[in-house]
Amino acid sequence: MIHSLFLINCSGDIFLEKHWKSVVSQSVCDYFFEAQEKAADVENVPPVISTPHHYLISIYREKIFFVSVIQTEVPPLFVIEFLHRVADTFQDYFGECSETAIKDNVVIVYELLEEMLDNGFPLATESNILKELIKPPTILRSVVNSITGSSNMGETLPTGQLSNIPWRKAVVKYTNNEAYFDVIEEIDAIIDKSGSTVFAEIQGVIDSCIKLSGMPDLSLSFMNPRLLDDVSFHPCIRFKRWESERVLSFIPPDGNFRLISYRVSSQNLVAIPVYVKHIISFKENSSSGRFDVTIGPKQNMGKTVEGVIVTVHMPKAVLNMNLTSTQGSYTFDPVLKVLTWDIGKISPQKLPNLKGIVNLQSGAPKPEENPSLNIQFKIQQLAISGLKVNRLDMFGEKYKPFKGVKYITKAGKFQVRT
Amino acid sequence: MSASPAYSEEKGGSSSLGEPEYGHDPASGGIFSSDYKRHDDLKEMLDSNKDSLKLEAMKRIVAMIARGKNASDLFPAVVKNVACKNIEVKKLVYVYLVRYAEEQQDLALLSISTFQRGLKDPNQLIRASALRVLSSIRVPIIVPIMMLAIKEAASDMSPYVRKTAAHAIPKLYSLDSDQKDQLIEVIEKLLADKTTLVAGSVVMAFEEVCPERIDLIHKNYRKLCNLLIDVEEWGQVVIINMLTRYARTQFLSPNQNESLLEENPEKAFYGSDEEDSKDDKPDAASLVKRKPYVMDPDHRLLLRNTKPLLQSRNAAVVMAVAQLYFHLAPKAEVGVIAKALVRLLRSHSEVQWVVLQNVATMSIKRRGMFEPYLKSFYIRSTDPTQIKILKLEVLTNLANETNISTILREFQTYIRSMDKDFVAATIQAIGRCATNIGKVRDTCLNGLVQLLSNRDELVVAESVVVIKKLLQMQPSQHSEIIKHMAKLTDNIQVPMARASILWLIGEYCEHVPKIAPDVLRKMSKSFTGEEDIVKLQVINLAAKLYLTNSKQSKLLTQYVLNLAKYDQNYDIRDRARFIRQLIVPTEKSGALNKYAKKLFLAQKPAPILESSFKDRDHFQLGSLSHLLNAKAVGYQELPDWPDEAPDPSVRNVEVPEWTKCTSREKRKEKVEKPFYSDSEGESGPTESADSGAGPGRLCAGQQGGTAQPWQSFHGWRQVKKGKKKPPQDEGKGGSESSWEEGSVSESSSSESDSGSEAEESQSEPESKRRTTSWLSPVLNPLFPTCLCLTVTPVPPQPASSPAVVSTSLVTDLEGLTLTNASLAPTMLSPVFSTMKTYELLHRMAGEGLSVEYYFNRQPFPPDPHMVAVQIQFSNNTESEVKNLRVSEPKLVSGMRIQEFQEIESLAPGDTASVIMGIDFCDSTQAANFQLCTHSRQFYVSIQPPVGELMAPVFMSENEFKKEQSKLTGMSEITEKLTLLDKCQSDHTIVQRVTAAANVSRVPCGADNEYRFAAKTVTSGSLILITLEQKEAARAHLTVNSEKMVIGTMLVQDISQALAQ
Repeated sequence: MIHSLFLINCSGDIFLEKHWKSVVSQSVCDYFFEAQEKAADVENVPPVISTPHHYLISIYREKIFFVSVIQTEVPPLFVIEFLHRVADTFQDYFGECSETAIKDNVVIVYELLEEMLDNGFPLATESNILKELIKPPTILRSVVNSITGSSNMGETLPTGQLSNIPWRKAVVKYTNNEAYFDVIEEIDAIIDKSGSTVFAEIQGVIDSCIKLSGMPDLSLSFMNPRLLDDVSFHPCIRFKRWESERVLSFIPPDGNFRLISYRVSSQNLVAIPVYVKHIISFKENSSSGRFDVTIGPKQNMGKTVEGVIVTVHMPKAVLNMNLTSTQGSYTFDPVLKVLTWDIGKISPQKLPNLKGIVNLQSGAPKPEENPSLNIQFKIQQLAISGLKVNRLDMFGEKYKPFKGVKYITKAGKFQVRT
Repeated sequence: MSASPAYSEEKGGSSSLGEPEYGHDPASGGIFSSDYKRHDDLKEMLDSNKDSLKLEAMKRIVAMIARGKNASDLFPAVVKNVACKNIEVKKLVYVYLVRYAEEQQDLALLSISTFQRGLKDPNQLIRASALRVLSSIRVPIIVPIMMLAIKEAASDMSPYVRKTAAHAIPKLYSLDSDQKDQLIEVIEKLLADKTTLVAGSVVMAFEEVCPERIDLIHKNYRKLCNLLIDVEEWGQVVIINMLTRYARTQFLSPNQNESLLEENPEKAFYGSDEEDSKDDKPDAASLVKRKPYVMDPDHRLLLRNTKPLLQSRNAAVVMAVAQLYFHLAPKAEVGVIAKALVRLLRSHSEVQWVVLQNVATMSIKRRGMFEPYLKSFYIRSTDPTQIKILKLEVLTNLANETNISTILREFQTYIRSMDKDFVAATIQAIGRCATNIGKVRDTCLNGLVQLLSNRDELVVAESVVVIKKLLQMQPSQHSEIIKHMAKLTDNIQVPMARASILWLIGEYCEHVPKIAPDVLRKMSKSFTGEEDIVKLQVINLAAKLYLTNSKQSKLLTQYVLNLAKYDQNYDIRDRARFIRQLIVPTEKSGALNKYAKKLFLAQKPAPILESSFKDRDHFQLGSLSHLLNAKAVGYQELPDWPDEAPDPSVRNVEVPEWTKCTSREKRKEKVEKPFYSDSEGESGPTESADSGAGPGRLCAGQQGGTAQPWQSFHGWRQVKKGKKKPPQDEGKGGSESSWEEGSVSESSSSESDSGSEAEESQSEPESKRRTTSWLSPVLNPLFPTCLCLTVTPVPPQPASSPAVVSTSLVTDLEGLTLTNASLAPTMLSPVFSTMKTYELLHRMAGEGLSVEYYFNRQPFPPDPHMVAVQIQFSNNTESEVKNLRVSEPKLVSGMRIQEFQEIESLAPGDTASVIMGIDFCDSTQAANFQLCTHSRQFYVSIQPPVGELMAPVFMSENEFKKEQSKLTGMSEITEKLTLLDKCQSDHTIVQRVTAAANVSRVPCGADNEYRFAAKTVTSGSLILITLEQKEAARAHLTVNSEKMVIGTMLVQDISQALAQ
């Protein structure tokens, strides 16, 4: 299966390598560099590259390429999913999955990689088990370790691996027992020039933070479960129970995890909480253009739309932009040709507007296409699909936990074509 | 610790200079010598006796390895620490060892004994990790040791160790592929394992070692299907992929009736799926003669059990199920996977990329499936180009008459994109839509013509190429467009586009008679400056014009041909020469001249624009090979459906288990159960109850008596090997082979031969019942001894798992350790005891339910302080007995009961067997409890004979004497007895004693003495038995034990047994 792993940063340095079978020379990465050169930008490096003796499967996360070397047939998604799991684990352990974090913790990284794969086949990928084996570094612990000489290795042998619910540790104790659920919905939409919706759907997740002692058995029910069109579950959820009663019944992992992700069918009408009025035009035979964008709230269920940011990838011919905004600030990156307008909160009384002149390279032809606007926003305390948690029950433990549900709606891939 | 900043500084310094490789040149001085010194520092630190220094050194070494620097010269210093107490140092040493063992084979061998010791550790996690590291050391010399370790671990009690054994199989295989046959045996055994922990790993090993041995799957097929949902996610992927292949060889195509339709792709492309199904009827009528298709229930089982996994959070699992459905499900059911695949499009871009490739392939065959999700494939300007192009591919595949207008409108937006590669791909896509859907051809063509005035040359060029292809379909109507394109030759510079235009004009010069010669004139002017492909087309155009309109173009053509004659490119010179001979009539030019016109202006078929994903589905979807569209190394071909279904009965598992209910619905319930029941089953005991030594395994052994059908099925095995036992027993494989080997060594002694014959002569069912239980302890006493040969001595342990000894080792043993040849067989005999069955509930008292129990003398894995009691229920009533369980145990203080898992139902006439553990606290007091069914409760009690309160211990003669000398005085009980005539032989005596008590024989030098040893189960106090034969059938029986009560009772029991 997975033979070796190389971590490569953006400037092409191989800063970590790990082999699970015989050693594969670093030179195998030359094929990757070749493909990277061909691809112009990092996003377009093909995830699977075939070389004479190996296959390279790579992912790109946080400015790092995780390049794995494969020698025989294996489902590519298997490897890709695993590599993402590795990146997630680093994120989990070090707070970020960056080159510096990995270099600083290279021994822990190595120990993790050793535990996660055996002979190229995944062994322990549950963060719970891993944390039992190798404790994540904290400042306190590193101080204590340097004084006492103890280590980051778990002293006790992990029993989690033996359990048939590998996602939960055996002995968990909290003084405050809490269970929090964040219902986060993202609106993916394409709005066309005229303002009508080409495509819109809601992608939701329920992220949980569960700090409960013992072995609690939770069941979470919704007021309107039929809304959920397509759901994928954390392995802890009992599938049959959902099938028959539409209730999420599970023994939760300890700590933060994603309980479910779901899609609200595109057949349902999706409320679009903002609208955009825009005039972007480039004059023929002159080196300037007009830019005028106004953004306003729409169908926002009486909640304020906040954290609004508009990002525009301007055509290559644009030299710079002279704009004035009635609200928020804007920046234009003349190298990447990206305009970012950070608006903040939209107040319905006075709509934010950004307008001015676009300067083009002299002599360059008029850009063919108007750029599309990518919009980010946030609405607190609202699940735009209308999904509501009905109740959370706990069985198996005596104490009374503190429970909380938070709703939030965000823009996902929200694009306005102009 | 204070030194560490200095070290790291130094390290930082030299790594910025950068260069570990300098360090290997001894001749280099100056700065490089510091590098040497650095390694010396590390060595010093490793040699120190402070763990913290060692740890620091190991961390730095591992950091070196991580950065790809060579640290192999530290090998001797590092390996010394392999037995370090500090767990982190140890682990880092393992990391180092596995990395460099291959390079330093001789030194690596030094560490092996540490792992071999670890393999014997009572802690399952340590056993597992020892096996893991041992098997990762790629040193060919240790192959036999690895093989032995794997075989042993494969029958370990702990499922986790068995899982590690499964992982080790491919490692060993890649080290030495000659071991294949032996490894297959281990795989076969592990495949029969019933725990979810092992399933994924063993199937992975199967796929790597012997994917062609599909016959090994038959017996385990249903079990794998049922376990699937509880296997960890990575294992699920491997199992599903393997089962896909399996199902293709074993079941009939569910789409037989539709297969005819699919042979007509043209039709399938135009018609939507609904139409297809309507078209079914006439086809179906023609197929009436064929046998109506009925899906094999096992095929259905697979589809049903994989479906919930579409909801997995793991993209690889979802994809695996999707491909399973695509390849195996009836057409009508494939649709369910679309939703899940579309969900994956929200994931990371690499996942999108792979999923879209697969969707592209699927959407060609089963377009209807993705149609409802058309809009999910719409393209955003922020998508990476490679994703955009794949989405475009899918959109094009999904286009049909009803949605083409929406799709074209969407395409219009794309054409204006800034991403030019994407625009080019869009134009291609429009071209494909136009060729495939006649209705929109004109619209598309007009749109493309408009693009000809686009400012971007690439766009124009691509449009020209596509228009050329479209025009070939119906040239007559489009002379206007051809004229328009002729004008473009003045401006457009992209060679491919110019070549296309020239070809088009040449091909249809009759439609534009006026313009064509003029174009040729212009082109001949610029001929020398053109690209090669353009030049070739100019020659082509000249030739065609010469043939149709020689008056106007004769001179031009000759001019072009003359230019071409001296071109630098030999292709062009060749072509010019060829064409001149062909078209210009001379005396020499032969018969071909007449046909020149036919040759050049033949009707050419219009090109078919089709997806590059067409026919990729002969590769298993989701595989690497499919993605690359080429066979990857190790790819297993997806076989075609068979014409005749192979015998489905091969999947029947002969020995019924109480857990496996007969009806299918029941079985399903069973599948769900673990998923529900995890709430109660998280703790250790339940897990290990699930392990091989648990109910499943014991059932198999116990049911030997009722397993007549099995006998006939496996008749050949019995013929071959003589005495044998049910193959379903997972722990059996190892013990089976060891038994054979045991008998090899046994044959040296005639005495024991007669013994085994006596054993054989006993009634068949009974011997079967015993086999499982007696085999495993038998070899155990032997095993530690043989380890002494290869490894450091291991302290004797209570029998835990069946051990495996290779034949050669046994032979060695005979020669070396066991000088007394008669010893080996006599050691085997102690456990030749008949399991005495006791009645727990008579069938009259139990109203048809009868319950018997016996002490199977196996260790009870969840709790070593408990005695395992095998309970057998048989239902003699007319109706089902449900919910059989234990309740309200009334126990003497200190006594404990580990209840067996509730039996949900027991069909009339059925028997079931379970195992429960009772801690009797080393007393013979009865354990009282209630046995409940859904309707009744019975008060029952189990009273153990004193001989069952102990477990055999292996010890040497010296140890025995030493222990015995400690247990004198009060602890010694002696009795004189008279042996009967029939009780004179060695064999009988040993048999009698071991039947009376669960003890093992201790080797003894004297002929007239027999020694046995055991430990009480609860407190672990030793019990030593000595039987001394005196003259004239008299004997002295001595029992030494702290537990006087037990000792006394034991003496009574044994003398009774011998007096019978």
